[in-house]
Amino acid sequence: MAVTFSLPTVLAKLADGQSSIEASGTTLGDVVTQIADRFPRLAPRLRDDTGGPYPFVTFYLNDEDVRFRNGFATPVREGDEITVVAAIAGG
Amino acid sequence: MTTALVTEHDTTLTQPALRPLPQACRLCGAQQPPAPVAICEECLGPLEPVYDPDRPLPDADTISSRAPSLWRYHEWLPFEGEPVLSLDSGFTPLVEAPELARRLGVARLWIKNDSVSHPTLSFKDRVVAAAINAAHAFGLDTVGCASTGNLANAVAAQAARAGLAAWIFIPDDLELGKVVGTLVYNPRLVRVRGNYDDVNRLCAQAADRFGWGLVNINLRGYYGEGSKTVAFEICEQLGWRTPTAVVAPMAGGSLLTKLGKGFAEFTRAGLVSGPAPRLYGAQADGCAPIVRLVESGGEQVRPVIPHTIARSIAIGNPADGRFAAQAIRGTGGWVAGVSDPDIVAGIRLLAETTGIFTETAGGATVSGALALAGAGRLRPDDEVVLCITGNGLKTVEALQGVLPEASVIAPRLKELEALYGRDL
Repeated sequence: MAVTFSLPTVLAKLADGQSSIEASGTTLGDVVTQIADRFPRLAPRLRDDTGGPYPFVTFYLNDEDVRFRNGFATPVREGDEITVVAAIAGG
Repeated sequence: MTTALVTEHDTTLTQPALRPLPQACRLCGAQQPPAPVAICEECLGPLEPVYDPDRPLPDADTISSRAPSLWRYHEWLPFEGEPVLSLDSGFTPLVEAPELARRLGVARLWIKNDSVSHPTLSFKDRVVAAAINAAHAFGLDTVGCASTGNLANAVAAQAARAGLAAWIFIPDDLELGKVVGTLVYNPRLVRVRGNYDDVNRLCAQAADRFGWGLVNINLRGYYGEGSKTVAFEICEQLGWRTPTAVVAPMAGGSLLTKLGKGFAEFTRAGLVSGPAPRLYGAQADGCAPIVRLVESGGEQVRPVIPHTIARSIAIGNPADGRFAAQAIRGTGGWVAGVSDPDIVAGIRLLAETTGIFTETAGGATVSGALALAGAGRLRPDDEVVLCITGNGLKTVEALQGVLPEASVIAPRLKELEALYGRDL
């Protein structure tokens, strides 16, 4: 499934300056693995040491926080938009 | 001789340029020069201002002689030079509440009454006073925020006074008082379909895109320091000592965290002595991610979708949740979740025993304190401060259908006598 993966500026710097990346996979975890393999410097800001989501970013699948779905196991579909947002904001 | 009138905007006549402090990451310690940036480029942790540990600090008498605003503590606020905007926020009353102390079964109790904060009747005036000076120092011409209401009011008012453009984002279903209390200052107000966490995500993306000074997004490191002044004022108003316990509402968790930091800074400065106050946090049961975090003993917040009348604290994904939990645990405090009916009861109890009308967050604080006392978390010898952070006139919807109806009579003495007779 082809999806779009969007990064904030602070993380785009770790992905050759790209803030929007085309990727594919059947789950969010697949997509993150593919992105992490392509951009090794970005990898530790997407996944923590256990392979779970890095705690200072939030992943949104089509505007929904994936923690309300099934995290990295959430299935993705053709054309989905995945957005990564830094978690420290607001309040 | 002509005497020049110095206004808030005259920064060149008498004052050195205002310079925000550099920042460092709270997690990894990476340094960041002064900038409208709130996230560490290394680890994405929160940035906090770095103070020179050798800077000269005032003594209690010097502080007491200064103007009654939060800037009397400027050595602990994140700037070099003199602030130029919002010079008159802070220094709200600390009101003793003996009847409420009796109800809780504690020795003494005070209300830190930010429901009368200048200019917009909530503690958010403090953090915006800090942030808007940062925006000014960085040369930003537009400020803004993601808000549950009180912050929207504070940013709109202080931006209007400073002559800055403002883009303000709120959930689309906020209370009327908070919408009107923002629009009257004529900012660009955007009501976003969704809850606060949806608004917050949009604002994080907007700050990245537009380069505005969003006070609780990219100015957040400077903004948050304003909350410390609640702790400073409590210490000074108690006669340069700390209470034994402080209860505050929790939304994003920043206030609790900064209360702990403020008390610690005054202790380090030798302005107060003794143990740090135990910090207690209250949330609505319908949005209690920090309460659940503390109760579970965990480290990571599990976000929730808010369902509560306490809109001002309805943040399901609190950015400072883990830090608030650390502050609570580190001082031996605890948490309380409060039902919506108990929030309303808390508003009424505060009003009936102290004459202070608070909004829903304050109702959560009062009822949370009652629950903590009932559970033995607050002790008979405690001296407690409740942080009342907002004004009840902003959330009158919470009391609709709850309060007794007022009697309606003709302007005739007989009708009043009949009414009086019924009350006997």
